[in-house]
Amino acid sequence: MEWFDNGWGLVLTVFLPLAGAIVLLAIPRTKEDALKGVALVTSLATFAAGVALLGRFDFSRAGELQLGMDVPWIDAIGARFHIGVDGISLPLVVLSTFITLLVVLYSWDHWPEPHNPKLLLALVLILAVGMTGTFVALDLVLFFVFFEVVLLPMYFMIGIWGDRGIREVPVFGWKLEMRLYASLKFFVFTLFGSAFMLLGFLALYFRSGTILPERTFDIVRLSELGAAGAFTGTFAFWVFFALFLGFAVKVPMWPLHTWLPDAHTAAPTVGSVILAAILLKLGTYAFVRISIPILPQEAANWAWLIGLLAVIGIIYGSLACLAQTDMKRLIAYSSVGHMGFVMLGIATLTSIGINAAIIGMVAHGLITGLLFFLAGSMAHRYHTRDMGRLGGNMKLMPVMGVLLGFAAMASLGLPALAGFWGEFMALMASFDPLDGLDPGLFRGFMIAGAVGTVLTAGYMLWMLREVNFGEPADEWLGKEFHDVGTFEWLAWAPLVIATIALGVYPKLVFGMTNDAVVRLVEQAFGG
Amino acid sequence: MIDYHALAPAAVLGLTVVAALVVDLVVRRKVWVAVVSLVGLFGAFVPLLTLAFCEPLLGCASTTRELFGGSYVVDGYALVLGAVFLATAFVAVLLSVDYIESDRYYEGEYFFLLLAAALGGVVMASARDFVTLIVALELVSGPGFLLAGWRKADERSNEAALKFFISGVLALALLVFGVSLVYGLTGTQLFAELAAVDPDVAELPLFSLGLLFVLVGFGFKVSAVPFHFWTPDTYQGAPTPVTAWLAVGSKTAGFVGLLSVVFLAFPQLRHVWGPMVWVVAAASMIVGNVVAIKQDHIVRLLGYSSIAHAGFILAPIAAMAGAPAEALPLAFYAAVAYLLVYAVMNLGAFGVAVAGIAKVGSGKLSSWRGLFRHSPSLAVMMAIFFFSLAGIPPLAGWFAKLAMFQAAVGADNPWGLSIAVVAVLNSVVAIYYYAKPVVAAFFEEAPAELQLAEAGAASSPAMRLALGLAVVGVLVLGVVPGVVAVLGRYTTSLLTLGG
Repeated sequence: MEWFDNGWGLVLTVFLPLAGAIVLLAIPRTKEDALKGVALVTSLATFAAGVALLGRFDFSRAGELQLGMDVPWIDAIGARFHIGVDGISLPLVVLSTFITLLVVLYSWDHWPEPHNPKLLLALVLILAVGMTGTFVALDLVLFFVFFEVVLLPMYFMIGIWGDRGIREVPVFGWKLEMRLYASLKFFVFTLFGSAFMLLGFLALYFRSGTILPERTFDIVRLSELGAAGAFTGTFAFWVFFALFLGFAVKVPMWPLHTWLPDAHTAAPTVGSVILAAILLKLGTYAFVRISIPILPQEAANWAWLIGLLAVIGIIYGSLACLAQTDMKRLIAYSSVGHMGFVMLGIATLTSIGINAAIIGMVAHGLITGLLFFLAGSMAHRYHTRDMGRLGGNMKLMPVMGVLLGFAAMASLGLPALAGFWGEFMALMASFDPLDGLDPGLFRGFMIAGAVGTVLTAGYMLWMLREVNFGEPADEWLGKEFHDVGTFEWLAWAPLVIATIALGVYPKLVFGMTNDAVVRLVEQAFGG
Repeated sequence: MIDYHALAPAAVLGLTVVAALVVDLVVRRKVWVAVVSLVGLFGAFVPLLTLAFCEPLLGCASTTRELFGGSYVVDGYALVLGAVFLATAFVAVLLSVDYIESDRYYEGEYFFLLLAAALGGVVMASARDFVTLIVALELVSGPGFLLAGWRKADERSNEAALKFFISGVLALALLVFGVSLVYGLTGTQLFAELAAVDPDVAELPLFSLGLLFVLVGFGFKVSAVPFHFWTPDTYQGAPTPVTAWLAVGSKTAGFVGLLSVVFLAFPQLRHVWGPMVWVVAAASMIVGNVVAIKQDHIVRLLGYSSIAHAGFILAPIAAMAGAPAEALPLAFYAAVAYLLVYAVMNLGAFGVAVAGIAKVGSGKLSSWRGLFRHSPSLAVMMAIFFFSLAGIPPLAGWFAKLAMFQAAVGADNPWGLSIAVVAVLNSVVAIYYYAKPVVAAFFEEAPAELQLAEAGAASSPAMRLALGLAVVGVLVLGVVPGVVAVLGRYTTSLLTLGG
């Protein structure tokens, strides 16, 4: 297994889906069984590789980067193919391969119109490359490339299979199909952020050349420089700001979040699931991996603002949820709130807060993934997502109803389910943020965040009341509804199990992350 | 004693130009002229390679060879850009083969002119004085005027040729006038000597005026704002394969001349030309992008896109306004790297335009709707090229943008940073119009009245080869951009920049 430990294991995990996608392209469109088979085998193999990473990872050294590889890539500019995982990235890598597999399973008999399994599966697999790649990249240029690779597949997914309802574009007053509007908005917002992010990367690159003998894009070396206080003053401020734009759009943080409800609502089910479960984490992960270690000074200076935006996101997301009538849109706004908790955890700059952020990311991936699956399947049966028309789901599809109840409970942070830990610990960390941050302010955030959890409970229960309880509306009476099907079970049961497992035994994630987080915080802020 | 080895690439191409004429006289099937052209272009690569690897292969003293008192130089820069012109002409010939057979066009002369223009490009890359440069520039432009009007019976084509001709001649006049001022003040028109000219002379207002005219002349050639107005009409009216050549070959020739002038002849005057270029670069990006948003014809859209790209290529040059001499090689590298990537992806994009127009019968985006349904591979290729132009990884365009930003930020002065911010904002705007044809092709249904052509030019072997080359280029350069970086570095390594 030496080859596996020398980076080839990671390479396999990242690029197997690409190989699968290329094979898919070679198969004629009409051979659907072959297409599905290839996609399934690929995603299974990728997940197996992800699990094998867990097996080969040395948990006693979880704080260090392992299983990596560092070879020249673009020599002329010093960009390297440097990859590796530590306790922070490993859970996210495994989560990506896991979600990809479930999405392929779910797709088995859920094809959005227009019917084109070949393209859909190929896009899912290409997305997987970008997602896992971002989590393992340790070179800024490589990170940028992977970070952007996810753009096109998601753009096409929303644009081709998205919601065909008509929507009026604010400000301009054009009337456009929802999918066209949402796909372009997603694209433009993300690109706007990442273009500035790239400028920030380049600025770091040139500045590193004034300290080191050679300029470098290497995240590890730049982090060492950052810890030594190499980047300060207005330079550091502008770089931090540029990176912030790139990451905050992706998270998304209020007020840069407006693409998210549109994209989520318009996307086909598998698109929403991948978007919620993984893509949002690219932004939060980047804060932890890049912004904090490389620019710790600026992170400390601006933690109050990030915390404030996070809390606004929590409250705003929750209130917005209460105003929704579209079930998918409600879940989308709930993501704004949940990612707010993740960012609040990060903003405390403590090891507890960042641990909370990572388990929060994983939990949100599992739970919101499940919620979007459920919303998609229900919309598939009812042909509407309007909660005013839904109701009495427990009577029509009891199993689906129970699952929805479970996911909603998990999402509102019920103890003993995965969602609890991220929120609870983020609030706990806000009570006692990093030395030097204003404890009074962060305790205020804690209180506001606590109010947010109550609001979350409020809208989730409200959604359950609207959708699950009561009597079915007249229009549904006498119609046959298929309850949860085989492939739905295959895709959802693992999510349910993982949610319970993480809730009961959060050490599954903390066991990996804690050492790495403690090390990161110590390196950046001197313990 | 003339160094024939150094002249060989141009000589092979020159012989091919003649051969094309002769073959045209003797054969009935004019496709043979295209074959001869392709063979000749390919043949011209051979001496390029032997020159590039002269030191290890033939034991030459140096790769750099100076001829005619330094007027004609073969070095890394000349070799790489020479190869770009040959490759561009190669693909342009491939794109033309079926197009030119599809109607009653003059065929033999067409390839003859295209080759002559390519020869101009190769000479341009080696030109190191103003006279050689002007000759080369006209050798590129003259055939272009004729080719733009190749669709004799079409008013738009006539208009294209006329506009191109008048603006081209005006550009030449300005350029020559500027050169005469510079020559009058310094007594030399050799770049190497101009670079070492007495600072007192260089500071004269009249000298700056001469420089300004030279820049304006090139502004027309590279279709930078405000000298761009001929571009959309000419691009749309000219036969689309010719447009591909104009947008890539002819434009690159303009940039090569511009780079030679500012970096080799006047590097110490960057505080004079830098701000001028800054204004032109920013205006090109903004105007090109904003106007492109409204376009609904694919070739016109690409025309405005090429104006915007001119701005992106000028950005690193603009960043030199307040930069130290050490920053010059990086900017030069960035511009060359951008040109290399630009050539590949733009040839692909125009190739898709040629094939698509042949398929759906019109360049209007409304008739491109539903392309993915009836011609999936063409649609996928279009997405690849257009998103590469937009600079989305992992398609080659991202590396061009990276190199450009790298040079602009690395120049470490307000001019550079400000042009970088302008470029960032523009690359975001650009997404909108690059996505437009993709939206039509992938997200919308084909119009009911659509009449699809049977096979033909859209899927001929020549077209497949051209598009295949470009697709492979865009994907490979996107994933292994080290190739571009190495070539870009190679061009600067043998130059004495910032001397």
